[in-house]
Parts: sequence; C-alpha cells; structure tokens
Amino acid sequence: MYAFNYHRPKSLADAGKLLGDASDGKFIAGGQTLLPTLKNRFASPSDLVDLTGITELSGISVSGGTVSIGAITKHGVVATSADVKKAIPALAHLAGLIGDPAVRNMGTMGGSVANNDPAADYPSAVLGLNATVHTTKRKIAADSFFTGLFETALEESEIITKIEFPVPKRAGYEKFRNPASRYAMVGVFVAETADGVRVAVTGAGPCVFRHKEMEAALAKSFSPDALKGIKTDPGKMNNDIHGSGEYRAHLVGVVAKRAVQNALG
Amino acid sequence: MTNQGIGQSVRRKEDFRFITGQGHYTDDINRPGQLYAYFHRSPHAFAKIKSINTDAARKMPGVVAVYTGKDVAVDKVGGLICGWTVKDKKGEPHKAPRHDIIAIDHVRHVGDQVAVVIARSLGEARDAAEAIEVDYDVLTPVVDVVTALQPGAPEVHADAPGNLCYDWDFGDKAATEAAFAKAAHVTKIDLVNNRLSPNPMEPRSAIGEYEPGTDQTTVYTTSQNPHVIRLILCAFVFGLPEHKVRVIAPDVGGGFGSKIFNYAEETVCVWAARKLKKPVKWTSDRTEAFLTDAHGRDHVTHAELAMDKDGKFLGFRVETKANMGAYLSTFASAVPTYLYALLLAGQYTTPAIYAEVKAVFTNTTPVDAYRGAGRPEATYVVERIVEAAARELKIDPAELRRRNFVPDDAFPYQTPVACVYDSGQYAKALDEALKMSDYAGFKQRKAEAAKKGKLRGIGLCAYIEACGIAPSAVVGSLGAGVGLWESAQIRFNATGSVFVHTGSHSHGQGHETTFAQIVSDRLGVPLESIEVVHGDTALVPMGMGTYGSRSLAVGGSAIMRAADKIIDKGKKIAAHLMEASVDDVAYDKGVFSVKGTDKQVPMAQIAFTAYVPHNYPADLEPGLEASAFYDPANFTFPAGVHVAEVEIDSDTGVTRVVNWVAVDDFGKVVNPMIVEGQVHGGIAQGVGQALLEGVVYDPKSGQLLTASFNDYCMPRADDLPSYKVGMIETPCPHNPLGVKGCGEAGAIAAPAALMNAITDALGTEKINMPATPQNVWRVIQSQNLAAAAE
Amino acid sequence: MTISVTITVNGQPETRDVEPRTLLVQFLREHLQLTGTHVGCDTSQCGACVVHVDGKSVKACTILAAQAQGAKVTTIEGLAADGKLHPMQEAFREHHALQCGFCTPGMIMSAVDLAQRNPNPSEETVRHELEGNLCRCTGYHNIVKAVMAGAQAMRG
Repeated sequence: MYAFNYHRPKSLADAGKLLGDASDGKFIAGGQTLLPTLKNRFASPSDLVDLTGITELSGISVSGGTVSIGAITKHGVVATSADVKKAIPALAHLAGLIGDPAVRNMGTMGGSVANNDPAADYPSAVLGLNATVHTTKRKIAADSFFTGLFETALEESEIITKIEFPVPKRAGYEKFRNPASRYAMVGVFVAETADGVRVAVTGAGPCVFRHKEMEAALAKSFSPDALKGIKTDPGKMNNDIHGSGEYRAHLVGVVAKRAVQNALG
Repeated sequence: MTNQGIGQSVRRKEDFRFITGQGHYTDDINRPGQLYAYFHRSPHAFAKIKSINTDAARKMPGVVAVYTGKDVAVDKVGGLICGWTVKDKKGEPHKAPRHDIIAIDHVRHVGDQVAVVIARSLGEARDAAEAIEVDYDVLTPVVDVVTALQPGAPEVHADAPGNLCYDWDFGDKAATEAAFAKAAHVTKIDLVNNRLSPNPMEPRSAIGEYEPGTDQTTVYTTSQNPHVIRLILCAFVFGLPEHKVRVIAPDVGGGFGSKIFNYAEETVCVWAARKLKKPVKWTSDRTEAFLTDAHGRDHVTHAELAMDKDGKFLGFRVETKANMGAYLSTFASAVPTYLYALLLAGQYTTPAIYAEVKAVFTNTTPVDAYRGAGRPEATYVVERIVEAAARELKIDPAELRRRNFVPDDAFPYQTPVACVYDSGQYAKALDEALKMSDYAGFKQRKAEAAKKGKLRGIGLCAYIEACGIAPSAVVGSLGAGVGLWESAQIRFNATGSVFVHTGSHSHGQGHETTFAQIVSDRLGVPLESIEVVHGDTALVPMGMGTYGSRSLAVGGSAIMRAADKIIDKGKKIAAHLMEASVDDVAYDKGVFSVKGTDKQVPMAQIAFTAYVPHNYPADLEPGLEASAFYDPANFTFPAGVHVAEVEIDSDTGVTRVVNWVAVDDFGKVVNPMIVEGQVHGGIAQGVGQALLEGVVYDPKSGQLLTASFNDYCMPRADDLPSYKVGMIETPCPHNPLGVKGCGEAGAIAAPAALMNAITDALGTEKINMPATPQNVWRVIQSQNLAAAAE
Repeated sequence: MTISVTITVNGQPETRDVEPRTLLVQFLREHLQLTGTHVGCDTSQCGACVVHVDGKSVKACTILAAQAQGAKVTTIEGLAADGKLHPMQEAFREHHALQCGFCTPGMIMSAVDLAQRNPNPSEETVRHELEGNLCRCTGYHNIVKAVMAGAQAMRG
C-alpha cells in the first residue's frame, strides 16, 4: 500500500468534511474490496475516511412492508438476521453467499453497493427488489443508482446511509460462482413485487442489469418454465478466461430458472 | 513401545508447535540490522533492455542500494544452473542458455528480475522499485510449445535455435514399429497436460547474512534440500567454499517440488548481503509466486497404442512436446525424459515402447518438477489411452487392464523402457478398488443420475510410480550432476535420549514422527526421547533432501543402516558388561541378551556405559553414535488403482466428484495415518489439475492471466469429496524397511482417473484439463449441435 | 506520520505507534512478534491470516490495525487457555488435519468461529464454511473430520 492518512469520524457531517478537505480521499467501510486494491497499489488515496465509527449507519429495522438496512451493516449480520430472514429470505440467503465467513464479518452492504463491482451480489438485490438508496443528500431509486462498471449515481463525498427494501411477495437469488474467485460469474435475483416482476442480473455483464424479457415472461407466469427459450445477448456479456460471453449468456437463463425455483420455495 | 513403532498411526510430534502458532517459517525469522529486498520485474514477456535508470530510486527514503544485472556481472557471479544434462538423439548435450540472477540484455518472461532495491523497510524498497525506469525494446513473445516449434517463431534464446532445448528419444523404435505393423487395432489420442502453479501455502522467502569476522555466509531459505542449495551456491554460482556457507531451511510450508530449486531471489539476497555486510531478506508475495515459482507439467502429446485382436498391448509410441519456459530450471531437463519416458510401460507388459520428446523454450515462467514430476504426465498418457482403447474395443476398462497387467510372479520385471519393477500385486489392487467403489453397481447409479438429469461417469487409473531415484552411478550415467544417496546420523546422549540427523527435509511429510518411529522400533527408545534434526547444513552433516517420494525409502534406509551400526557397537559393550562373547549376544527391540541365558542389558544402559566408560572394553572407543549413507540399488515402484466417479450438471457444465476410491501399494507402511494424509493431499492436487487449475498466458502479449487466487483456481474444501483409501502391502525387496514411497501417488493417479470418469460421462475423449464448467459445457454444446445435425 | 493504536491481543492491551497503512497482520507479526498468524496471498483468499476480532473470524490481511482500534483480538497463540490446548487444536492433532502447518493457524481460527455458529455442523456445512481457507497439503479430508470432532468437543 501507498501511505495515506486515516480518519475515523463519529458523525456523517465530520465524514463529509474530512473527505472534502482531503486532496484525494476515499471512504472505507469494511474494506474487503478496497484494501486488496490498495495492497496491490492499484489506487493511492491521500486519506481514508472510515465510516464504521458512525453508529447511525448501523442496524436493521422492518416496518410497514419495508426492510431498512444501515449502510455499515455487515453481510454476516444481514445473513443471520431473524428479521431479514422472515421478511425477505432471499436477501438473507444472498448475504450468506458473499465471500466467505471472515469476509462477511467485515464487508458492509453500503460498501458493496457503493463500489458496484460487476461481480458483486448485493447490487442484484437492490435492483431486483426495487430498493431505495438513502444518502446524505437524497434518496435514489435502484433503477437510477447503478450507472456502469464500478459507477454509481453517488457524487463525491455523498455517503449511503441506508437502503430500504420493499418486502416482495416472493423473491429468489441464485448464484453461479466464478470457480477461482468465488465472485458471481452470474447471479440472478428475481422478485415478484407490488410493481410487478423484476429480474436483476449481476456478474454477467459490466454492470448489474434488469432482464426485461424475463420480467415480461414471469409476469405472465411466475415459473421456471416461463423462461424457456428466452435468450440473452452474448455480445453484452463479460468475456474472460472463466467464461465467454456465450457461456455467461447461457448461464443467465439457467441461473434465472433456478432463482425462480428458489423463490417458489 | 508397541504403539509407537513401525505400522502404528502415531500422532505427529511436530504438531504441537504448528497448532499453537509456534512454528518457525523463514518469514517469521528476522535478523538484527536486516534490510529488505524488492525486485523490479519485467512487465513484458519478451523484450530487449535498452537502458535502466535507477537514479530516482537511489534517492528514495530508506534505500541502501539498487542493483541491476550489470552490477552482478561485475562480481563475476555465475548464472543459475541446470543440474541434469540430457543428451539428445545425436548425443549432443541439451541447450542450457545462461540464466542470470538479474537479467542483463533481455527479459524473457513476465516477472523476470530486472533490478533489485535493498532498503531499510519493505515498503520503502517497494516504493523505490516503482521509481526505476526501464527502456525496453518490446519483442514478440511465444508462450506455447506448438507455436514455438514452428519455423519463423520468435527465438527465446539466440543460442537455442528453433527454441529447441533438446530432441530426445528413448526405447526401441524398430521393435515398436514392428509391433504396430502387426497390430489388429491401434488407438490414438492427443492430450494436453495443463501447466500448473505449485502454490505451497507458504510463499518462498530467504535471508542472506554475512559475518566478515568469520567469513561465514548464512542463508535462511524455504528449501526442500538445503545441502543441495549449498552445493549449487558454492560450487556453481559464487565459487565459495562449502565449509563457509550454512544453509538453513527451517519450518517450510509445503513444497511440492517448487522448493527444490535454486532461484534467483535467494541468490541475490546472498550476493547483496555479502556486498552490504548486512542481512538481506526477501519474501515473495503470491503474485510473485505465480510469476517466479517454477511451474509444473505443460506437455502436448500424441500417443498410439497397438493391440492384438484380444486387446493385448503390442506396442506403444509417444510423441511429446514439453515446455521448459524461458530458462532451464534446476532439474527441468530430467522431468520430461528420465522421469517420464521410463514410466510409459505403466503396470503393463507392453513389449515395445518408443518415446520422442522435444523440450522447448518459451517466454513463460520456467517449468520444473511439481508433485510427481514426469510420472503424472506418463500415467496420464498411459491411462487415458488404455481407457480409450477399452471403449473402442468395447471391453470393460478393468478387464482390459487385467489382461495386460504384469503378473504377480513376473517380479522383478524388466520393462522395455529400462526399469526393473521391484514388486507388486496389480490385479489385487484393482480387485480391491472395484470392490470398494462398487464398480458393479455403477450402471444402476448412472441410470438414477440420468433420472435427475445428471450425466454420471466412472473412471479408473492404474498408475505406476518410481520413487527414490537411484543408484547414483546410474543417474550419473544419464546426466545427473549429483548423487542420489541419503545420509543419517544417530547420536545417543549419556542419559539415553537420541538425536537423529537426517539429510531428508520435512515440509509437511511428518519425518519428525515417522523417522522417530523407525528409530524407536529398531533401537527401543521411547518416541519422546528421540529428536529428529533436519534442515540445517551446520547440524546435519550431509544430505540430498526431499523430493520424488524418496525420504523414507532412501533417508529412512540410511537411518536403518546407522541403527545397525549402533546395534553392532552396542553388542560389543553388552558383551563386555555381561561377560560374554560378542557372538553370543543377541539383540531385539532395545535389549541385548546372552543367547541361552536370562542375562540382558537395555539400550539405555549401553548408552550410559558408552559415555561413562568406567567398565568398558579396552579396545573400543567411547561414545554411541553412527553415521550411514544409503545409495539404493534401484528405484522403488509404488502402484495402485484409483476409481473416480462424477456427476455432471449438463445445464451448467459443473462436475461434482461424488466418489473416490484409492487402493495403493506403498510396500511396508510405517505410519498409516500419515500415509493416508499424503494420499489425500495428492488426490486433491490431481483433482485440482483435472477440474480447476491451469496457468493461462495470453498468447499475444505473453501476460500471465492467472496471477492470483482470483484467477488461478485452487481446490477448496467444497470442491472435493471425502476419499476412501485402501492399502495393500507388497514390500520392496531391496531396502531394509521394505518401503516404496507415498508422497506423489495421489497426484499421479488422480488426473487420469477423473478425466476417464468425465469422458465416460460425456461420451467423448475430446476434452482437455482442466475440465472447468465452461469447458464441459462447450463439449456438451457441440454434442448437442452434432446430435441436432444428424 | 504514525498513529497510536491500542488493541487488546490475547487479553493483553498493546499500544503501538504505526503507519496508518499498517495491516492488522503486520501489527501482530512485526510489532508484537506474534508470527503464528501467516500471510499466504495478497487477495484475501487463502485465510492463513484469520484471527478473531471481538470474537468473530476476520482476515487480518484485510483490515487495518487502525480499524481494530479498541478491539479484542485473539490469535492462534492465544487460543490455548492456561496451557491447555483448545478442543479444536486437539482435534486437529488427533485427526492429522495438518501437514506443513502453514494454513493451520487460520484454519483453526476459522474452525472455532464456525463451530461457535454451528455447534453440530454437517460435513457439507464444514466444507462450505471453509470456503475462505486454502490448504494445499491435506486435501481437506482430515480437516473436515477434525472440525466436526472439534465442534463436538466444544459442545462438551
């Protein structure tokens, strides 16, 4: 790692100010993606502003058909939360598939969503459940949050405070792991929500995306068979030594069917 | 004593320090005043170095020195050597182009050392290494053997035309051609043995240290064979006297072959430490390990098997292209030759065999011995083609093997490829493996799997291995630059406890326990009173180290020889104490007695008497210690049968290993628990090769695409099944323990067994390792397309 | 620039002035000479560095020492209480769940965490939960056996 200054503010206001004052600052939450990046010297921030000391960013609450999860809530906490398991079991299931137990004890929901790694799991839940991302400045709908490869609608020094997930009628997540890294090579989150069926695909393309054809088919009949024959464009998929565009496009279909099956229980 | 001796699953003596975090690995060691080395490495696979500017780096904080290849050249440091000279078809020695410890004119693979920074902290060294500016003339690289052999391919070395290291052959060409001429059936196969990264969990590390007052150089290093490293550093690289160099290989976190070799980094640490008169430490990170630890395998092979109408093997011919990487590593030349072609008879009576091997330079990390080293490649070729032949002939694969096994009464058995197999019961191992795997019930299991939409397959592998390569005179005649004996010293203390000094090196194999068991068994000393000392050239007089599953067969035999000498001397002391003639003294399990009487003296009393010789034979030296060297008469030949069973999800291409049976014959077994553990680990590496692992270079740029665990797929707990391990014991007739060796068997047997299961499930031979989900899916897709077209 | 970090390691409060970029594993190995925690990769995959931070398994190579300010850290050296091996350590020795020993400290620390969350884990659970710990020697067979036995011993 290159040298940097480290700050651990107690309030959001201080956090914003510290970042603003830094010449090239970065927020850090669990650090499970950022620290490996820094260790490999792929980035050289002047300052790290640690958000995990800000207690108001923590916690899970369920009320009025909404599950609200604080940004620094760890994956392991989401995975084992009785409230989440009851309200949106697919979300708890997804959280339990991220990384490994030690990574889940550090990594946070806000960190994962803000980073928007194309192979991360959480973005598919945020998009698939039509969640709302609350920040220090505004509320951002999932559909306008993820804007591209490692890109989000977040502005400089804007911090995710919590994410609100509307409780769906039913939902399911299925993940096909990259055999080496165990990140999602293809992950599909399907949900039957108040606003209709949503299908969010992560890992397969450069950014999480909704599969509109699948959504339309599942709206007619929420069953694995409804997805039969639906193709995904290989040209829009990632292509690497682990999976070609063709393979990933194929997997999107298989994994989506299994996600629907999971949703049906 | 009976629960501690040979044949007992004694719990390991070394474990306490490891499970409490008190092991001492090289990176755990820090020396006073120590400096840190960080290497500036080539980002290019092939380039000419036009200039190197180290000015900025030298001015960085904490920097003590920055060195390039030219600085090394000034001190007339020798290059890294290859210790085995292979002679080609014409009797010419192989091409071994110079391998500088820091590159001078050219870089030849990504990660090649271009400069080194020595600084007061690792962070400062790394900061400065980034400030080094190198001007390259980038050249077109070549990374695979097929391309490298084509006319007009880029040449990695000017003194290796056509990238050819050697074109070598072995066996009787005429007899093999004659066999093919009369064959009723010929099976042909094309195979790729994928390149692997060894990945011991402990990355390599070294500290060089120099004391001017005594002119003593000390090297702490992650080595499987500290004496060999001392020999190479002294005799070939630096021209130093061996008595002024001490090499210490403390606790070593796995090796699998990759820690046999003499590498540039430890050599630079020694050179810089002598120059700066300060300890210099280097520890590899994992990406450096991927770039610089010698890789394994990487063969491209065409093979043909000639059979008569009943499937009796008549002749076997093999053509292999072996990737050597950018330079010839320490024992690289021997791996695809003497460790490969000599094993091509497998467990069979094939009367005529001929192999041709071209070794090829490419712009990749050097390739050398990795768990099995040549023998897995041989077994893979033999067992894939035998399985394919059985399928073509519609003979049960087990039956075809049985028809061709070397029969039990044929040992010692001379193969047509130079080996004399010591002993074995091949059919017995097969029977046992078929029983344990419920081979007969497979069809039903396959049908049940089909109902769930899964493709199920079963595969066999009847492997042969050669361990304890020897005798020295023979390997010398084949080009080895060293002898392949082992040494041992047993030293009693006056109070009856024992030091056992061995030239073998344990880096996970459990020698501290197994060797203690042998001594306990033979000399009647309790296990807790025995200390096995290894890994330090100052404490162990001589040694050749641990590789090729040789430790027990060669190192253990040396210990037995030393124990015999202790007993011989003990008899003289005992005879004196019991006032009997030496000829009348009998010895058994730690007790000397006079034949036909009830007089007896225990070993402990003999040891005490030897050091407090108040009542002692007049003509005998005091003390009770013995050294012995053991140079085996022959290799040992462990063999066995593995059965793999898989289920493939045809929607995703994911292969799950659902059953694994191993029946191995390692001769006598000293510690079954440890032996089974070795089998488990070997299988996991073999499964890794077949299903998950593979080094990938970009063919155009020569960049290593699998340079971290994010891209190189290591086997995890949930990739693997539990294994069923059975054993049969056919003692080796030519060593005193009757042992054969067990360390590599799993890695040799597993790839062929697993690929035979996968090809059985898929119904085609046309899939290469690793059978990743994508590769399997592609095969299924092409079959679906073919079926649709029909 | 350095910052002062205080971490309670194996029951002992330890304060050191460190560079902010110091990882917890460096704090343990280089500042406290607790070399039982190992480093086997650069990408948070191998798990040789797993320790417990406030009772939960964490990869010490992927947390800054500063992030552990005020925390209670247990390393492999602190697992045995009063000179008596932890049941999981005993189980690893009894079942030959280690060969070279390099992955062992992290493996044991992960196993203890696993057993605390799953007192009676199935083989499948153990294999899945060990996803973040690589071993190159044992083929995992005996590790899985040891973890199940260790978990049982921890149940008492």
